[in-house]
Amino acid sequence: MGDPVFWHRLQFGFTASFHYIFPQLTMGLALLIAVFKYLGLRTGEAVYNDAARFWIRVFGINFAMGVVTGIPLEFQFGTNWARFSSYSGGVIGQTLAMEGMFAFFLESSFLGLLIWGEKKISPRLHFIAALALFVGSWLSGYFIIATNAFMQHPVGYTLGPDGTLQIASFWRFLLNPWAIVQYLHNMMGAVVTGAFVMAAVGAFWTLKGLHQPVARLSLKAGVIAGLLGSLLVAFPTGDLQGKLVAKHQPVALAAMEGRFESGPYAELNLIGQPNVPEGKIDNPIRLPGLLSFIAYGSFSAEVKGLNDFPRDQWPTSIELLYYGFHIMVGLGTFFILLMGLSSLQLWRRKLEQTRILLWVLAFAFPFPFIANTAGWMTAELGRQPWLIYGLMRTSEGTSHLVHGGQTVFTLIGFAGIYFVLGVLYLYLMIREVAHGPASHGVAH
Amino acid sequence: MVELWFWLVSVMVAIYAVMDGFDFGAGIHHLTAAKTNEERRTILAAIGPLWDGNEVWLLAGGGAMFLAFPRVLAAGFSGFYLAFFMVVWALILRGIAIEFRSHVQDGIWRSFWDGTFGFASTLLPVLLGAALGNVIRGVPLDGTGYFNIPLFTHFGTANPVGVLDWYTVLVGVFALVTLALHGALFLAWKTEGPVHDRVARRALPLWIAVIGIWIVATLATRAVNPGLFAGFAKAPLAWFFLLVYLAGLALAFWGLRKGRWLLAFLGSGAFILGLLAATAASVFPVMLGSTLDPKFSLTAYNSSVGAHGLRTGLVWWFIGFPIVLGYFALLFHIHRGKAKAAAEGEGY
Repeated sequence: MGDPVFWHRLQFGFTASFHYIFPQLTMGLALLIAVFKYLGLRTGEAVYNDAARFWIRVFGINFAMGVVTGIPLEFQFGTNWARFSSYSGGVIGQTLAMEGMFAFFLESSFLGLLIWGEKKISPRLHFIAALALFVGSWLSGYFIIATNAFMQHPVGYTLGPDGTLQIASFWRFLLNPWAIVQYLHNMMGAVVTGAFVMAAVGAFWTLKGLHQPVARLSLKAGVIAGLLGSLLVAFPTGDLQGKLVAKHQPVALAAMEGRFESGPYAELNLIGQPNVPEGKIDNPIRLPGLLSFIAYGSFSAEVKGLNDFPRDQWPTSIELLYYGFHIMVGLGTFFILLMGLSSLQLWRRKLEQTRILLWVLAFAFPFPFIANTAGWMTAELGRQPWLIYGLMRTSEGTSHLVHGGQTVFTLIGFAGIYFVLGVLYLYLMIREVAHGPASHGVAH
Repeated sequence: MVELWFWLVSVMVAIYAVMDGFDFGAGIHHLTAAKTNEERRTILAAIGPLWDGNEVWLLAGGGAMFLAFPRVLAAGFSGFYLAFFMVVWALILRGIAIEFRSHVQDGIWRSFWDGTFGFASTLLPVLLGAALGNVIRGVPLDGTGYFNIPLFTHFGTANPVGVLDWYTVLVGVFALVTLALHGALFLAWKTEGPVHDRVARRALPLWIAVIGIWIVATLATRAVNPGLFAGFAKAPLAWFFLLVYLAGLALAFWGLRKGRWLLAFLGSGAFILGLLAATAASVFPVMLGSTLDPKFSLTAYNSSVGAHGLRTGLVWWFIGFPIVLGYFALLFHIHRGKAKAAAEGEGY
């Protein structure tokens, strides 16, 4: 705890996790809103625009939260990770600068038009604004993930004469295979979040018998997008991501599974607690061979255990990494089952009568947020002890002159501000759902 | 190439100051120039669709610095650690205030966000101006290329320095008054009715105050960093930007006397842009000067990334920049004319 590196990591982890609550929802919703606006334009049916209007209001609140909580992350590259920024700016400065130029300007220019412009601009321009927010937010995601992918699996760089990293091939760096896979996996995760939230509100209103037909459309769109997203986040994207980890970060794979001994027919733990001091899993319930299959596509494949790696290569928090991975995979499985069942009932036109399913849908919306956060913790904890895999250790990347008294001060400040923001955010969200899709123009 | 990137970064930072400057300025007047809910919503209607895009210039400028001069970004951000988080927190509260205020029709809710918006908008110019003051005064960079200074020490400009001393606070106050003028001219241009009348009355006193503090700040700068004026004398570009900002001052004066508010606003914009650009030209190639020894200063030459990275960035920069100008042209076109408070539930 007296170690400044710990506080730098905790502050970045906390501020990044809090931030990512909002973009995962807005990126998912942006896609669905653009689809609604398109259908409204094509069919002329009012329900699409009514639903879009409600979801744009939700989008606006979340987007504002995403913008303001994103600013500290940009700053913290310099404030908290100065040696990392100095060392790698010659490469990752490209994508971070491009994000501002190509994504943030696009989003910020059309945000006001999307949120407040429906009555002032033509329906076509309003659809274009929705499309701009979709494209902008998804582009922004790519630039950030390309940056992260360089930290996970550095490619396209060269070591400069002054010992810092310099870009050697822009396209190899930008089209890092890790970035493409991680991006698709992450964006499908965002679709799952957006879909679950949409389905939850639709199910909640349906249970209360309120706000038809917007409730029905939200439920239906949420369930369909939820099924597609849940399937795609697992296969092929999650599967490909797992194989990349197995290939490039085998020690992370071993730690994710809490696997200490090497060998073929590696089992996947369904439940169990990693006992790192004794090098085993307590209370395990296991599926034999499945880890070998996930990692290498064959049940008999050899999976290396932690004991075969030097201790100084082990991820620093094996316990948290293990749980992060298992929570993500466990929830991902639950998502497929829930949305599969809901889709079946939807197809049989019985979803709105299946009250037990509506209840589950109405209250399952926190789980995608947890799964996405757990997934990011898996990625980032699995990368440890490296800040840039194989090139720079996390402890070497901090702002070494910033002492613990400064980071703990700012961490406490963030905790306070984010607590207040979180409460106000929940208040506004509950209010929107309670108010329903009607316009706010009438006094209430 | 290095020189070009020095200028791209400087220009983007200067554009940030001009653009976010007018919505900071609007925030400075928010509590006093607008008394009723309707009037305050008029101010927010004027800046609401624009503030977020304006603020992106900060991220884009910071991104450009990260791309081209990561050592400067790393040293500066970690060196001013606490001060930069004050800026971040004020930016967070300010953004949330603008976006959340209209969601609830309640007097306490709205007054709370009005206060937050006004406070953060007043604090930020002082902090950002003080940051500029620190860059001009210099910081205790040593041979490692890093430094870290407390918020304040003895409020003098000799080592050990703090972020806030008499000089940097003076530059902060100069920034505050300048942006108050800039924001007043923007609101005078974009609004009508009581808000317009109040800020219009403030324009001339603010213009005079800017001149007064500008003279004091210039003399103070001469005392704190004599090298800057030697650099100024030798840089033709600095003379050019001197003309730009003097012309901007004159235009602002003429415009506010004649009630030609758009021209006055453009004048104050030219003043800010020219002043920052003239400063950049005078200090070039130093980006962060050392108070310990000039040889430890971070310059564009000793802090830049390799030529390939700079060239790569330049390609997409020149693709992206015209697109961004297009967005802003579209935005100002769509929101042309006087801003009016929207009906409840339909605007800021």
